[in-house]
Amino acid sequence: MLIKRPNDYLPSEITPRGLFERRRDFLRLSTAAALGAMLPEAFANAKLAGIRPGPYAATDAQTPYSKVTTYNNFYEFGTDKSDPAETSGKFRARPWKISIEGLVKKPKTLDIDDILKLAPLEERIYRLRCVEAWSMVIPWIGFPLSTLLKHVEPLGSAKYVEFVSVVQKDTMPGLSGFGSLDWPYTEGLRIDEAMNPLAIVAVGLYGEVLPNQNGAPVRVVLPWKYGFKSAKSIVTIRFVDKEPVSSWMKAGPSEYGFYSNVNPEVDHPRWTQSSERRIGEFFKRKTLMFNGYGDQVAALYTGMDLRKNY
Amino acid sequence: MQLSARQRSTVKVIVFLLCLIPLARLAWGIWNDTLGANPIEFVIRALGDWALRFVLITLAVTPLRKLTGWTWLMTLRRMLGLYAFFYATLHLSTYIWVDQFFDWIAIAKDIIKRPFITVGMLTYTLLVPLAITSNNAMIRRMGGKRWQFLHRAIYIIGALGVLHFWWMVKLDITQPAIYAAVLSALLGLRLLWLRQRQRSPAVTSL
Repeated sequence: MLIKRPNDYLPSEITPRGLFERRRDFLRLSTAAALGAMLPEAFANAKLAGIRPGPYAATDAQTPYSKVTTYNNFYEFGTDKSDPAETSGKFRARPWKISIEGLVKKPKTLDIDDILKLAPLEERIYRLRCVEAWSMVIPWIGFPLSTLLKHVEPLGSAKYVEFVSVVQKDTMPGLSGFGSLDWPYTEGLRIDEAMNPLAIVAVGLYGEVLPNQNGAPVRVVLPWKYGFKSAKSIVTIRFVDKEPVSSWMKAGPSEYGFYSNVNPEVDHPRWTQSSERRIGEFFKRKTLMFNGYGDQVAALYTGMDLRKNY
Repeated sequence: MQLSARQRSTVKVIVFLLCLIPLARLAWGIWNDTLGANPIEFVIRALGDWALRFVLITLAVTPLRKLTGWTWLMTLRRMLGLYAFFYATLHLSTYIWVDQFFDWIAIAKDIIKRPFITVGMLTYTLLVPLAITSNNAMIRRMGGKRWQFLHRAIYIIGALGVLHFWWMVKLDITQPAIYAAVLSALLGLRLLWLRQRQRSPAVTSL
């Protein structure tokens, strides 16, 4: 079978950038004019301002925006990877509040606009490794998760952080799907993992506001763990003293553990974890321990049996 | 509805061409890059879907003939069965060639470690003797009884094919459950007819 690349476009066929961007403005303005300026559509593709380059930038080629936004695991919108892009159009990413609660000195409910002003936005170009043995490289926009967490002053008794994703029944067709996860989607981290400088709160990608299918308006990104650990569309962050049980742990305790660190040595019953297919590449590549972030995170797990703590 | 020999060969040619449409659509999708962000996965899954669908279509021929009385349907059965083998072969080759790129060690590990791949390989292995003996010369050489006995393996192949799909799925088992329901109906009808025949041995089947 021949894998043929599409023909190269002639320079004359390419719409000049200025014109292309004005086309977008035109679409946005006309939508706004027709439906009222405060509809969620008005936020789609909005550029984020004042982004500075962040640390730990992966030098690998970035996965094109078109693929990052059309190949997603976001079961609230359906279990096919093409579902989220197709069915998340009605999702309401505004108004949005996150409640940060539990074992903290100052529990708070923050508006998404407050979160956006909490810290300067950085671009973090990270590898994303899915447990299904495919990967991408995504330029996220966000800031360290630790900044957000320290904001509420966690108590000494807080050992873990739990993330709860939104349940929007009328806009998320996957919630009523047969044979799905236990909603709301929950994930968790040990507090030192959550405070690691690699862990970020993401509010955008490719310089733009997070598209709905990628976890709008706010999610976490933990590049050394399998993708499902990075909870999307978060509404609650809870500090607790016991290891939280995540949605995937409930669905398949023998397949999904609490840690779920990228580990080529520990196989999953369905997928080999020793190699992965980078989206857009033909040949598989070797999977790196901690997805290549061992220098930043290996110390978190010294003395632990990672085969048991998968 | 009975067909003349000429009409039957026309139908055969039409069905032969129809069975190539899934492959043509995949080829078109690869050529135009319309198979999404992970075309390799898309192609492997689509070929597997069609292999299983053709197993079920083949299994539907006899019940359909009995229900409609259209005996000419039987002349399509071998071709449909061979199409199941054709798509299964493409499904397996794509896995070996494109997905694993002839990494035999990785493939061996997959077969041992991953239950759904173990079952998939077993299913294909069972399909091979059926494909080899799907010609008149082989029926003559084996004798009708033994040939028929061997080809009953298609029931097991159907069940294993569904299991292969079921175990591959991470969470949402809707799709494999649909295939399982269709397979159960097709095999259930056979059981029902078998019982009826046993109860009234004087009545021969249509």
